[in-house]
Amino acid sequence: MGALAAPRPSLLRPGWLRPYRYFAFRYKRTWRGTVTSSILYPILYLLAMGLGLGHLVNSHLHAVDQTGRLGGVGYVQFLAPGLLVASAMQWGTNESMYPVMGGLKWLKTYHALLATPVRVRDLVSGHLAWVATRVGGASALFLAVLAVFGDVPSPLGVLAVLVAVLTGLAFAGPVAAFTATQENDAALPVLYRLGTVPLFLFSGTFFPIAQLPGWLQVVARATPLYHGVALSRALVLGRVSAPAALAHASYLVAMATLGAWAARRTFTRRLVV
Amino acid sequence: MQHAEARQEDLSASREGRGRPATRDEVVVARHLEKRFGDFVAVDGIDFSVERGEVFGFLGPNGAGKTSTMRMVSCLSPVSGGELSVLGMEPNAHGPEIRRRLGLVPQDDTLDLELSVRDNLYLYGRYFDLPRREVRQRVERLLEFAHLSEKGDEEVDNLSGGMKRRLTIARALISEPELVILDEPTTGLDPQARHLLWDRLYRLKQEGVTLVITTHYMDEAEQLCDRLVVMDKGKIVAAGSPRQLIDTYSTREVAELRFGVDENAAAAERLAELAARVEVLPDRVLLYTDDGDEALRAALGLGLRPEASLVRRSSLEDVFLRLTGRSLVD
Ligand SMILES: Nc1ncnc2c1ncn2[C@@H]1O[C@H](COP(=O)(O)OP(=O)(O)O)[C@@H](O)[C@H]1O
Ligand SMILES: [Mg+2]
Repeated sequence: MGALAAPRPSLLRPGWLRPYRYFAFRYKRTWRGTVTSSILYPILYLLAMGLGLGHLVNSHLHAVDQTGRLGGVGYVQFLAPGLLVASAMQWGTNESMYPVMGGLKWLKTYHALLATPVRVRDLVSGHLAWVATRVGGASALFLAVLAVFGDVPSPLGVLAVLVAVLTGLAFAGPVAAFTATQENDAALPVLYRLGTVPLFLFSGTFFPIAQLPGWLQVVARATPLYHGVALSRALVLGRVSAPAALAHASYLVAMATLGAWAARRTFTRRLVV
Repeated sequence: MQHAEARQEDLSASREGRGRPATRDEVVVARHLEKRFGDFVAVDGIDFSVERGEVFGFLGPNGAGKTSTMRMVSCLSPVSGGELSVLGMEPNAHGPEIRRRLGLVPQDDTLDLELSVRDNLYLYGRYFDLPRREVRQRVERLLEFAHLSEKGDEEVDNLSGGMKRRLTIARALISEPELVILDEPTTGLDPQARHLLWDRLYRLKQEGVTLVITTHYMDEAEQLCDRLVVMDKGKIVAAGSPRQLIDTYSTREVAELRFGVDENAAAAERLAELAARVEVLPDRVLLYTDDGDEALRAALGLGLRPEASLVRRSSLEDVFLRLTGRSLVD
């Protein structure tokens, strides 16, 4: 025993690495599918939006809108950085719904983890670290496709991957916290339909929120997606104002931190009985 | 009251009887240990201690509080009251350190059904931060130990219940723990699978691993345990070695007589004189006596004609019946 007894967590071997290794290993089973979809999804969107809707919007803008409500760029260039972050939200959310329910209840793999030196806080941070990796990887691919289509005019656009990761985490934490309070998965599709889908549509991804009635603008500004989209767009188009960027980033960091804290609480309540 | 005194004697007898030195190495010590869920008391102030190298059992029916106790000992569930020390440490303060040196076989399997047998073992080993190469070697050894060498690449979902149980045990051993907790390791398995498991557990004991095992099968407790406690409704109602418990709470033999459904009670009244104790169950009458054949002959001599009868040695089932007035497995 002695020499090979498991070492304690340390800076080089942080506690979250143990569950993280497991999630990463599991991913080997499905990585092909997810990589394919993170390349195909933006291509399909860009084709549909670029050839179809974008065309209409652009010619309409030229005809009636000389003030440039889209910031004077073509519709696809306006849309692409928003879509990147909106997808990150969906990845972050999905990873924290059914996989979390599976770990808690269906496969009970979280229970197996906690019978080892892994602590609940390691489990939560391992989960979030894994979500960050997944969102980071998928966003990098997404951005690469956009670049190939010529939709990343500014080199600052690379930083949009970080914004996507932060946005993913700003959703993954709270959603994981919520999932851990649920006895079964009945509420998960509801959360998706009433939470994710409206955000996707009304947080400035497809059109500027200035188009919304005043009260809805307030609501949109309160959600993490709005800030992620705005920051990503500023970076990709190379129109960054430092104070605004800082405000957006702070909001996302705060939300991600709050979500992680909430998840640790609800996971503990659920698992430590 | 009478039981409580007997229990005290049991415990001291068992310790002296084993001729251990005065400084015993106690791996688990519980004093007035409690587990409450809201107002409900699942474990109601129990005392026990497990010595290094022994197989220690918790025998009791469903709902007795066995799992709640095992989860506290495994540092998965906070102690609600009393004191608990595991491997010399306090679970609420040292959970990860204790779990590092402890293997758990939970009552419900927590295997990843979508991964292979080998990957389940490997990944579990990595939770302990063991080096990759070391884990791989241990995985092969444990596959052999668990009779699963041929199933290494099989998805766990395709294994039989017995194989899953053996895999769970192998998994608990990957960190080479000094204490292994097994919560109902054989529940739901067929007799052959159970015997194979018992054999594996016996080998672990021979290697010096301390085993704590819960069961509601009295034969399992009798076969495996050096010492055990009988639990009912959150309390320990008796403690000792299987032999001591049977000697204390039962007679050497039991004669079982089956009469017609409504005739058992009436027959029991006439049989009262023939045995040290008579128990009436819905389907049979039990005569507790040191000579079962003699009691049976006497019963026939009274003109009673049971539909069926048999004489057997007393078991822990009889101990449980005596202590609680109920059968262990319904
Ligand atoms: N998480 C829980 N919340 C509320 N009651 C529980 C919980 N876990 C167990 N119990 C109750 O505690 C009692 C003892 O359960 P358990 O320890 O599982 O017994 P056993 O393992 O001996 O069958 C049972 O009545 C059970 O319903
Ligand atoms: Mg149980």
